[in-house]
Amino acid sequence: MLPLLLIAILGVALGISWLCVYLVHLGDRQPAARRFVDLAVPLLFGVMLVAEWELVTRGFGIPEILLPAPSIIVAAAANALPTLQEDVVQTFVKSVLSGYVVGCGLGFLAALLINRSGFLKRGLLPLGNFVSALPIVGVAPIAVMWFGFDWQSKAAVIVLMTFFPMLVNTEAGLTAAGHMERDLMRTYAATWGDEMRRLRLPAAWPFIFNALKINSTLALIGAIVAEFFGAPTYGVGFRISTEMGRMNTAMVWAEIGVAAILGSVFYGVIALIERRVTFWHPSVRKGQG
Amino acid sequence: MTKPSFVRQSVVPVLTVLAVLVAFWYVAALFMNHSMVVAEAQLKGLAFTPSATWLRSWTLDKPLLPAPHQVIAELWRSTAGLSVTSKRSLVYHGWVTLSATLLGFLLGTLLGILLAIGIVHQKVMDKSLMPWIIASQTVPILAVAPMLIVVLNAIGISGLLPKALISTYLSFFPVAVGMVKGLRSPEAIHLDLMRTYNADDFQVFTKLRWPASVPFLFASLKVGIAISLIGAIVGELPTGAVAGLGARLLSGSYYGQTIQIWAALFAAAFLAGLLVLLVGWSERLVMHLMGARPERRAG
Repeated sequence: MLPLLLIAILGVALGISWLCVYLVHLGDRQPAARRFVDLAVPLLFGVMLVAEWELVTRGFGIPEILLPAPSIIVAAAANALPTLQEDVVQTFVKSVLSGYVVGCGLGFLAALLINRSGFLKRGLLPLGNFVSALPIVGVAPIAVMWFGFDWQSKAAVIVLMTFFPMLVNTEAGLTAAGHMERDLMRTYAATWGDEMRRLRLPAAWPFIFNALKINSTLALIGAIVAEFFGAPTYGVGFRISTEMGRMNTAMVWAEIGVAAILGSVFYGVIALIERRVTFWHPSVRKGQG
Repeated sequence: MTKPSFVRQSVVPVLTVLAVLVAFWYVAALFMNHSMVVAEAQLKGLAFTPSATWLRSWTLDKPLLPAPHQVIAELWRSTAGLSVTSKRSLVYHGWVTLSATLLGFLLGTLLGILLAIGIVHQKVMDKSLMPWIIASQTVPILAVAPMLIVVLNAIGISGLLPKALISTYLSFFPVAVGMVKGLRSPEAIHLDLMRTYNADDFQVFTKLRWPASVPFLFASLKVGIAISLIGAIVGELPTGAVAGLGARLLSGSYYGQTIQIWAALFAAAFLAGLLVLLVGWSERLVMHLMGARPERRAG
């Protein structure tokens, strides 16, 4: 049995790796196939990971408490769809989205404000850079104490976590427009609003989207970690910590899977909007060949 | 020549903003704790004069928002006031967190560099791994932290390593992405020059790609060390509040010891600042040793 298992594990790894190598070479020779290759190779790699996971956990009889097989996790998720939905609404729709919008909005407004004042800029930016490096999730217990167990405290943590990356990036973006262009705006006697709308904001979009993407993952992390410190009886972070306590690992992995999908979709949506808004940027143009 | 303008250009504004923040904090503490003081007075049947009420809100034992001087006093008491080995000493807890951070950071940096080397030299790795490396970070990985700790605990691995692994997971990403960029940063003309020298891949790597990637490496290290610290702190949360700054946060929140939470937060902030500074210093040292000189702005 064991040799058979080892052969299966090795075979899957080697077979899929060989397929990947073959596809990459194919893509090199035939540019028409490149799009397909770029999509298929990472997908195949993912399939290989899941297949190996399934083979190893089943084959070696790894206890479900340590690491459940993917099929068990999917079954657990399918059985608990209402619970998962309730958790997602609590954690993602209520906490993450509200905190994300408020935090990013405030950071953006603050950047517009300090952009007009050299003194504030020199005072706030070093602080903003410093705060961006701090473990802000640590304020979660304080937020729970102040704003209660429900989503408001999670949103507060997220506001604080997302504010400074947005501030620093937007500020960098607003100063990204070149001197020549700014001088040109002056010769047109453009008002501050005109200059913002026609020159500075468009030049700042890549920086702003960078912050939006960073913040999308930060926000999800903030909500989940804040729920470890106290939550109503639902929410992704709450479920992870309680199901872990009950050693119901399949459910924990199901929640992690859902969180992973949510995080990726959130990130992907922002990246898509970015492509639309900053279609002129070299990094986007290159992607379209 | 540059010194006075540095003071005027950055020290004064930063200090002003800080002073405003501290003043705001004191005022906020007044208002947030006021109701607690009133409740206390009612409980004990005391009648505070208005000014005494206000002053009391800066000296409560478990205030909603401790005043800055209370936090600093607690910091002083729990660092200088206790022996380093005491379970209540922040130096002890800070060291626990720091050791996990550094181990994880080291492992993450190594992993990131190795992955980047593989990705730059092997096209198949680039195509298959790179999308997953990026996807791995859109996953709220800190959610897996408690999982990982409990699972590793169950198979007999506990203490430093599980926390360090979380830091590793978080810090390998910026290093891998930065190093891929850095190892690809040499210009085509330099790569062509290496070809004319008949250099093999290894020589191109050691003499051209690696030196060219050092600035990228340090930029990534700064992000990586900060994120490692976060990983270590969050990794300490589910261990049942044994040791470390994260455990201090958790036990503080269990027992309503707000001053302790704030002191742990400040200690974490101090640690983060120190680590980023250290990376910055080593960057300057390494760049200097590699022959980089400060850029001249002229022409």
